[in-house]
Amino acid sequence: MRLNRQKIAPYVFISPFFIVFAAFMVFPLGFSIFLSFHKWSGMGGIKTAQFAGLQHFSFLLFKDVYFWKTIGITIWLLIFGSFTQHLFAIPLAIVLNSKLIRGRDIFRTAYFLPVITSAVSVAIIFQNVFNMKYGLLNYITGIFGVAPVDWINWSWSIPIAIAIVINWRWIGWNTLIYLAGLQAIPNELYESADIDGASLITKHVNITIPMLLPIIFFAVTMSIIGGMQIFDEPFVLTQGYLWMGGANNAGFTAAFYILWSLQRAGKYGRGSAIAWLLFLLVLIMTFINRAITNYYKGDNRGIKRVTAKKDKAIDIGPQMNLH
Amino acid sequence: MSTLQLQPAFNKQSILLKKIGRVFGRVILYFILITFFFIFAYPFYHVFILATRDYQTIYTNPPPTWIGNSFCENWDTLFQKIPYHLNMFNSLGIAILATATQVFFCTMAGFAFAKYNFKYKGILFPFILITIMLPRFLWLIPTLQMMVWLKVTNTWFPMIVPQIGNAFGVFLMTQFIEGSVPLDLIDAARIDGLSEFQILLRVGFPLSRAGIAVLGTISFVFSWNDFIYAMVMLTKEEARTIPVALSEMNLRSEGIIGPVMLGNALGLIPILIAFIFFSRQIISNMLAGSVKG
Repeated sequence: MRLNRQKIAPYVFISPFFIVFAAFMVFPLGFSIFLSFHKWSGMGGIKTAQFAGLQHFSFLLFKDVYFWKTIGITIWLLIFGSFTQHLFAIPLAIVLNSKLIRGRDIFRTAYFLPVITSAVSVAIIFQNVFNMKYGLLNYITGIFGVAPVDWINWSWSIPIAIAIVINWRWIGWNTLIYLAGLQAIPNELYESADIDGASLITKHVNITIPMLLPIIFFAVTMSIIGGMQIFDEPFVLTQGYLWMGGANNAGFTAAFYILWSLQRAGKYGRGSAIAWLLFLLVLIMTFINRAITNYYKGDNRGIKRVTAKKDKAIDIGPQMNLH
Repeated sequence: MSTLQLQPAFNKQSILLKKIGRVFGRVILYFILITFFFIFAYPFYHVFILATRDYQTIYTNPPPTWIGNSFCENWDTLFQKIPYHLNMFNSLGIAILATATQVFFCTMAGFAFAKYNFKYKGILFPFILITIMLPRFLWLIPTLQMMVWLKVTNTWFPMIVPQIGNAFGVFLMTQFIEGSVPLDLIDAARIDGLSEFQILLRVGFPLSRAGIAVLGTISFVFSWNDFIYAMVMLTKEEARTIPVALSEMNLRSEGIIGPVMLGNALGLIPILIAFIFFSRQIISNMLAGSVKG
């Protein structure tokens, strides 16, 4: 009886999770695949769905005026909104990690603030910051003699405005991730570099960056997954569905297109097809990211071997999806 | 003899140079850090300033830097235009319940994965992990349709129940429990005559407190801030959470953003207070959740 109970217990323990997992995680995926091969408006029951074969995919890839545009905007935002975060975050983490700095916690707290607030709340604040005549940003750039820009109404500046908000939200997050990584790098490496008379920049290029590589890979992967799903910021900044991403659809991201297909166009099948194409793109990018990281890792095997033990401490698990 | 005299003089000079370099370096570093401090912190101050100003005094050049006197007006307009108290109640209720249920059931499942052997465990666990890697928008359309069929849109159900099936939560808890709950203790509890469920409650939960804190923090912040799902599932005014209500109000504001900013500021207050008191724990929990499960 006792042994029996021990055998049944795990099934009981996982069953609530598993039932929900099957119902709301596995089933919807299958349903989504089904929808992407059918035409359906969401009205009148699933029986009214018409089989469409690969029509949605061929339409999106070869005929649609929006699809490639949204992918282009999303990738642009990925480069200038999500990747640039790391160009700020790594140096900022190095500065924050300096022995000369006191009061690190105050900075950490302030840098983390944007992470715990909602994208909507942030975008609403920035809508005012981006105001052409009375906004904070134009006021500051005006001091340096730059002509005012209507950030969220001109087609060329909309993506920049969105990228600024994305950067602002996630630089702090990445900084703290890198800071944690920096603190795991053994000090002996820097000491021996000091003895060799290495300059500050050489030290960081040859020690810090290679040692951070696993974390960079992880953080960039998270940025890719998050960046490809950017919706909240463009939606709020460009005034909702009405303008489909503002002037010249400049803020119409792929996720925005999915939501628009669902809520405004009522095209459930096409929306699902976009989602799957976008997923493929995320997959490809993650592989490219891995390939690049592995390539650089190959260059720095020496350091890796020396610190094989310490490396475990900064090993990483699968990513969390914060967006 | 001469070298002995030169030596200290040389040292003094180099120490001085080093000191100057250090002070100079420190000034630069602090300058960078403080600049970013203002970049990240100022918008939060800005929203509270704008929340107390009316249409005329918001749009000034230079932008306002101090509180105005239209707080009460904005307050009235806010509550007149949207049922803000209900939105706040929904946000809090959903975040708290979603966090509680997710933490409870994910810990339970994590306990099973970490401390028991059962059939199909080897297949099931990797299968669950795959779903962590998939982007969230794949679920959006089918989940909405399922909720429509279940007739539960505009309730808390779609915001809470699917979170129980969160693969990330189960993975995280499995990792934590594997490291923090010794098998000997479980066996000892069994010999003492505790049932398996009692073992989970009295041994499993208390010993995985650290993991529960991590998952709880992440889950709460995520639920509180969630926009896409909330927007799609909660379409009635009184069913909305704060982000959805604010976004809708903002769309209809036509430039009268004082009340919107007030709603925004009020929505920030709970999370800011929690963050001021527990910033260290919140930061370390959220980082722990992402960097190492």
